[in-house]
Amino acid sequence: MTIPRFWREFEHRYRLVGTKCPSCGRVYFPPRDVCPYCHRESVGKMKKYELKPTGKIYSYTVVHQDVPDFKFIKPYIMVLVEMDDGPKITGQLTDIEPEEVKIGMPVKAVFRRIREESASGIIEYGYKFVPL
Amino acid sequence: MVGIVTYGSYIPRYRIKVEEIARVWGEDPEDIKNGLYIYSKSVPGPDEDTATISVEALRNAMARKRPIGVGAVYVGSESHPYAVKPTATIVAEAAGLAPEVTAADYEFACKAGTAAMQTVMGMVKSGMIREGVAIGADTSQGAPGDALEFSAAAGGTAFVIGNENVIAEIKATYSITTDTPDFWRREGQDYPRHGGRFTGEPAYFRHVLDTSRKIMEIMKTKPEDYTYAVFHQPNGKFPSRAAKILGFKESQIKQGLIVPYIGNTYSGSMITGLSAILDISKPGDRILAVSFGSGAGSDAFHIEITNEMENFRRENAPAVWNQIERAKYIDYAYYAKFKKKIKMGE
Repeated sequence: MTIPRFWREFEHRYRLVGTKCPSCGRVYFPPRDVCPYCHRESVGKMKKYELKPTGKIYSYTVVHQDVPDFKFIKPYIMVLVEMDDGPKITGQLTDIEPEEVKIGMPVKAVFRRIREESASGIIEYGYKFVPL
Repeated sequence: MVGIVTYGSYIPRYRIKVEEIARVWGEDPEDIKNGLYIYSKSVPGPDEDTATISVEALRNAMARKRPIGVGAVYVGSESHPYAVKPTATIVAEAAGLAPEVTAADYEFACKAGTAAMQTVMGMVKSGMIREGVAIGADTSQGAPGDALEFSAAAGGTAFVIGNENVIAEIKATYSITTDTPDFWRREGQDYPRHGGRFTGEPAYFRHVLDTSRKIMEIMKTKPEDYTYAVFHQPNGKFPSRAAKILGFKESQIKQGLIVPYIGNTYSGSMITGLSAILDISKPGDRILAVSFGSGAGSDAFHIEITNEMENFRRENAPAVWNQIERAKYIDYAYYAKFKKKIKMGE
């Protein structure tokens, strides 16, 4: 990821800031400028909304592929989490072994290192999930 | 009244036992356990560092009480992820406190966290800011096979300090600083070096005992006037001995003595012990809290719990001893991988 893109996405990568439609109350993450249900009603009115960090595992997969950025955490677990605020979010599940993961398990978003550009490059931080 | 408005700690889940490190380096684990009074230490996960530990500690503090006017963020550590780019910038952003704050990183071996506390206290007292964040956190390093490898651990604690809704008033603080070469790490070096036995009498004990005695003289108190005492914990033996020399009983230091189970969390060490004490303390309790940083210096604090503690939501974040018990033990091979001690190819 380029530095400008990473920097632009701090709010939602660091703090789970999405948007909320003032018309129907639906919460979106990543943030959306227009509510796909309320269309024109929501244009220019979507409000920033910091999601509660809790949810439960909707689905997951264990990745055994040799991805250079994730060599130290291989095999890593990707989860689709249904957040308590509604949106389903994809992220890594950490501090747990693959055989311990269960669908429906309550999880919490935490702040972790995601990857680094290189030994001298920028460190990218963001959310991951841990069992609650 | 200046003092702690809220507090929170974070200890990584992974642990390695003394037996496992001793097995690899041909040491007698019983010698280590008896000599250092350490049974296991915390290990940061491969995706954890001082910034992530600081953010989690601060989020735990903010879950207990939402600050009302943070004007400063200071992070003390000797393992900041960047040599140039403050950890405090990442922490302020991740905690939603940026941009209207002043922020900086501190380094003073194991007492950078208490140096941050004193700075924030001064800023609050002068009226420059309403509240400030002071954090001490580390993912400390110990060279493979060195005695420090049995104790160098990871963890941290965050305090919001202010003068409104204070749960623990800091009635006095007193410091001593000298040029004492007991422990150091040169720029660009992976591991620190230390003066062996020199780290005891002229460094730890001289500074910790002097600040403790002086602050009791200032406050006209005696050891029996305190409900709890907590001292910097490079191992279990040093703070236990310091407490005994000063005249404190085991019952006064037990709650805050966390090093036997999680090791020395450096800038997070004494203040995480203090956090464990705040987890159970009641209005009227008095606490003597004394840090030590190699190089060397010591900061002492006389703290009194206020009636505001009755309304404080401690249950909104995990207690220190609950986090200590939430352990996942790993072997030396995983420890070496997690701590990036393995030399990798291109």
